[in-house]
Amino acid sequence: MSESQEAPLARMSGISKHFGGVGALEDVSVDLYPGEVVGILGHNGAGKSTLIKILAGAFTPDRGEIFIGGERAVIRNPNDARAYGIETIYQELALCRNLDAASNLFMGREANRYGFLDDGYMRRETRRVLDGLKIRIESLTTPVENLSGGQRQSIAIGRAVYFQARILIMDEPTAALGPEETEVVVGLIGELKAKGIGIFFISHDIHDVYRFTDRIYVLKGGRLVHTCPTSAHTQEEIVQMIISGRPPAEIAPPAPLAGG
Amino acid sequence: MLPWMKKIGDYPLTWITGVVVLMALVISTMSPYFLTVGNLSNLLKQVAIIAVLAGGQTLVILSGGIDLSVGSILALSAVTVGFLIEHGHSPAVATLAGVAVGTLCGFVNGVVITKGRIAPFIATLGMMGVARGLSLVITKGVSYMVLVPFFDFIGNGTVLGLPVPIVVVLVVFVLLHVLLRRTVFGRHTYAIGGNEHVSRLEGIRVDRHKIMIYTISGFLAAVAALIMIGRLASTPPHVAKGAELEAIAAVIIGGTSFTGGVGRVETTLIGALIMAMITNALNILGISSFWQQVFIGIVIIAAVWLDNLKRRR
Repeated sequence: MSESQEAPLARMSGISKHFGGVGALEDVSVDLYPGEVVGILGHNGAGKSTLIKILAGAFTPDRGEIFIGGERAVIRNPNDARAYGIETIYQELALCRNLDAASNLFMGREANRYGFLDDGYMRRETRRVLDGLKIRIESLTTPVENLSGGQRQSIAIGRAVYFQARILIMDEPTAALGPEETEVVVGLIGELKAKGIGIFFISHDIHDVYRFTDRIYVLKGGRLVHTCPTSAHTQEEIVQMIISGRPPAEIAPPAPLAGG
Repeated sequence: MLPWMKKIGDYPLTWITGVVVLMALVISTMSPYFLTVGNLSNLLKQVAIIAVLAGGQTLVILSGGIDLSVGSILALSAVTVGFLIEHGHSPAVATLAGVAVGTLCGFVNGVVITKGRIAPFIATLGMMGVARGLSLVITKGVSYMVLVPFFDFIGNGTVLGLPVPIVVVLVVFVLLHVLLRRTVFGRHTYAIGGNEHVSRLEGIRVDRHKIMIYTISGFLAAVAALIMIGRLASTPPHVAKGAELEAIAAVIIGGTSFTGGVGRVETTLIGALIMAMITNALNILGISSFWQQVFIGIVIIAAVWLDNLKRRR
């Protein structure tokens, strides 16, 4: 969408990664612009998970460079990634079920004075950020295990927003959710786009991909196959690309109109 | 039901306090001696040692661990104090050394568990043997007499009319309550007990935190040792054998989840009180002390069963 003059939020350039001689990624380059949702597609083992974990600091690449906001970035661990404004939302709902929403939102970054918690402040801020995202959670003091999957995923998203993530990695964010809960997350993705946050979106659900993403990268066997605006293809064409691992032009010549 | 009634009903202290009051009423109808100042004061002094151990155990269990070594650490601390006093050192030096030894044992537990990647059950089982064995090695199996005014004061003195062991218990539990409910340290303890993996992902320094928790447990075992020396005026190396299991029982009766992350330290104190009341009641009713273990065993299972029922609602 906004591939204009401005530098991309994130650019991963010429990334290669091998695990014990097996190439997981070969010379892959991807960009992410503000307010853009970019789908990373491919079968299991295509390399999408490895690519995203490199950005999140869980793996370090063998070759290649990462640029954040146009500047060369060194990401060696998850804390480095956070310092660059990269937050990750996992499918398994990475929250402590025994703690309330505010405690989860501030986990590891609790507001405190000399080690004493400022719970009032944390609850007010949690309410503020959740209200800002139009997330409805009645009680901020009940353990999150009493909340729905969608509400819990909302808290994880609220956390990323509160700590001013510029780049969000969503790894199958709706896989553990029911249809209604998925709608909650869908709404939030719109809110995040409006705030200018860039999102890398990983999903196996082609409907989700087609609805949410502005642009897609298709990976196969650790190599980049194709990138294009999502709207340039039909769902069926995208599925074909994922399965065959070839750009659409090579898959099939324009089919003659059926009929006569 | 009115909202405030529901709130009181949901508050974890309510039920268990009700159980204690009910028990007290039942026991006092059976024996007029139960509700006398002398008996209650005695009961509270009996509860002090297990209560202090159980306070530390609550921290450990909330974080998802277990500490089987507190009884042995208590003995090693006590023996250290007795040994130094026997060899002419001042009570102050002996006390500091005893507390240091207990704290160090807890620290070693924490390091073995986190850096050595050994499960808490195994690591503290090992420490249970090591600390108990060292107590026997140091004393060659004999008990030292400790007849100094300082320990007499701890065992039998009063502060503002309250027996010193009870004062120690109150101070320990108020501090633990503040630590758990009001500080970042406490919040992280609950977080680690709730989901250790997530805690790590969210930047909590889990290993360092666990080392501190086991160190506190060791320190409190040493504090319990000081009360024990005061009460016994001696340091038998076999002292407090099985105390770790009583401490764990108090935590569980107090409603703390054995899998970690859920529970409170105040209810642990009441759990310890319930166990002491059973023992005390059987004593004054003249029932064989062999029955104590039977009753306490039943209470542990009943407490967890009731807790499960409440959670399933």
